[in-house]
Amino acid sequence: MPEEMLIDEMQCVYQKPGTLTDEYMHYCPGCGHAVAHKILMEVVEEMGLQEDIIGVAPVGCSVFAYNYMNIDMQEAAHGRASAVATGIKRVRPDKFVFSYQGDGDLAAIGTAETIHTINRGENILIVFINNGIYGMTGGQMAPTSLFGQKTSTSPYGRDVAHNGYPLKITELIAHLPGAYYVTRQAVHTPNTVRKFKKALNNAFEYQKLNKGTCFIEVVSNCPSGWKMTPKETLTYIEEKMLPEYPLGDIKVPTQNKN
Amino acid sequence: METNKSEIRLMKGNEALAEAAIRAGLDAYFGYPITPQSEVLEYLTLEIPKRRGIVLQAESEVASINMIYGAAGAGARVMTSSSSPGMSLMQEGISYIAAAELPCLLVNVVRGGPGLGTIQPSQGDYFQATKGGGHGDYRLIVLAPSSVQEMCDFVFDGFKLAEKYRNPTLILSDGALGQMMEKVEFPGDGSLPHQIPAWATTGKKGRERNFITSLHMEPERMEEINLHLQRKYKEIEENEVRYETFEIDDAEIVLVAFGLPARICQKTVELARAKGIKAGLVRPITLFPFPKKIISDLSKKIDRFLVVELNAGQMVEDVMLAANGNCPVHFKGRMGGMLIQPEEVLEEIEKIVEESLTLNAGQE
Ligand SMILES: Cc1ncc(C[n+]2csc(CCOP(=O)(O)OP(=O)(O)O)c2C)c(N)n1
Ligand code: SF4
Ligand SMILES: [Mg+2]
Repeated sequence: MPEEMLIDEMQCVYQKPGTLTDEYMHYCPGCGHAVAHKILMEVVEEMGLQEDIIGVAPVGCSVFAYNYMNIDMQEAAHGRASAVATGIKRVRPDKFVFSYQGDGDLAAIGTAETIHTINRGENILIVFINNGIYGMTGGQMAPTSLFGQKTSTSPYGRDVAHNGYPLKITELIAHLPGAYYVTRQAVHTPNTVRKFKKALNNAFEYQKLNKGTCFIEVVSNCPSGWKMTPKETLTYIEEKMLPEYPLGDIKVPTQNKN
Repeated sequence: METNKSEIRLMKGNEALAEAAIRAGLDAYFGYPITPQSEVLEYLTLEIPKRRGIVLQAESEVASINMIYGAAGAGARVMTSSSSPGMSLMQEGISYIAAAELPCLLVNVVRGGPGLGTIQPSQGDYFQATKGGGHGDYRLIVLAPSSVQEMCDFVFDGFKLAEKYRNPTLILSDGALGQMMEKVEFPGDGSLPHQIPAWATTGKKGRERNFITSLHMEPERMEEINLHLQRKYKEIEENEVRYETFEIDDAEIVLVAFGLPARICQKTVELARAKGIKAGLVRPITLFPFPKKIISDLSKKIDRFLVVELNAGQMVEDVMLAANGNCPVHFKGRMGGMLIQPEEVLEEIEKIVEESLTLNAGQE
């Protein structure tokens, strides 16, 4: 029996947005990608953007985002999602365009594209999922991995003398004049989810203004890569990730001179 | 500028190619400066704002090819150009474009390598251009111009082929062709109409969603995709081979050369004939698909081939494959940005002919 028939429409208080497909998500239980996808697609539905939006999926755990998001999408090479999004937006300036990228994708192999896309002020949204690890390839160290964090390629813990520092790319790109709206959010509590949703709303509203790049970092988790239960990752986010990556707006439009 | 009718101008190869791209209805160009092809980007950044389209200087060739992917995937008619080191950087992106079957026009104004090499003309990127170039089993359609006029004409042919087969087309030029000036006749605007294809990602208004990907986790599915691509390449090989011949009817020794060396070799054929040597020339225009049949047919009736390239011997391997041992295949090349002179090729012919005579004499 189709699911929708089980629930009387009048009684329905919560449902999957029509902007998500019926495909089963492959994400590990408790993974922040799944929540971020859903909230992003809720906003796309609520703002009525489904027919006028083109998304770009990265190489990373969210490589299959195009299987779940019921919108036009392109799957980019590792690190190049913002360049692909630039190509799309330049030839389809009247459409909404976003890229969705992990920390390895955006802040390691794709750093040049990230900086230059934002420096050109491309009128796109970049959603940056920072889980401090390479989830897809099995838990290697990411540019955003924390001091002392143990991963499969930092088995003794990240040593700054050897591996450098956790890269705060969001603070870095906020300095660029092309960045219009830069904020750091999370999706591990109902409250943070609400704020992330608001940030997405803002970003798509701003995209209509053609004033520059909007950038939303999402401090997320990776239960599999971190070798924790989903519940443990929530504590880890609060106690370890957020002190290094504090939540909140980093650049809001009133700070812009343009 | 009035560009709705045809026009004759004296222009550099690179500029002719850029002008042709605008007249061919280019929607967007993304590129990065590199000698000897920077005039393409320079010309387009000067002209496009006055005319039609998008031109953007990217932060690298990696970025430009991925912008091409995005814009082609959104249904635009797009082009990028570079020279050898820049083309090397693009290879991952080109592989994605070939796998996702996105039409686009690529241009390599080849310079001498390997490494940073030289800015002088070369054909050292033949293997990269014709055998795929990046990872995986794929082919580009490769056109090799030998005049400034063809730098213009092949832009139109390149877009047509790319869109017909949903496959990247590459114009394999060289530093000399890019820089030299010749008379060139352009068609007027609008001769190559373009529609946004149904598969493009333009927002899913009024239809099911479109997505563009090259990822297929199941090997069975990935093999199917590969088989589909291989069928397409076969079809291209059956339908799109192009070459020119010169004086081959009674030829005993046939030169094989593409691009500018083909023009040099044409002169050699004249010089050789004046000396009573029955020389001829085959000039492959499409390097993929390679004109195998004419080479194979000739190999059964001529004495020998002499392949002339500005490299250490790359196309010569394709000639050998097509000749299949039916006749000897000789090679003469220059490398590192050196051009070859008609007299130099003639000397080589004379040497080969002499060697074969002494060989034959020894056998008798
Ligand atoms: C050119 C290239 N290099 C390396 C890889 C392998 N690779 C795939 S995903 C990935 C890292 C993904 O990590 P991240 O971007 O943080 O995404 P996550 O899986 O954590 O969401 C790597 C290194 C690749 N696909 N392509
Ligand atoms: S490996 Fe990590 S990031 Fe990837 S799906 Fe699993 S939990 Fe999520
Ligand atoms: Mg990650």
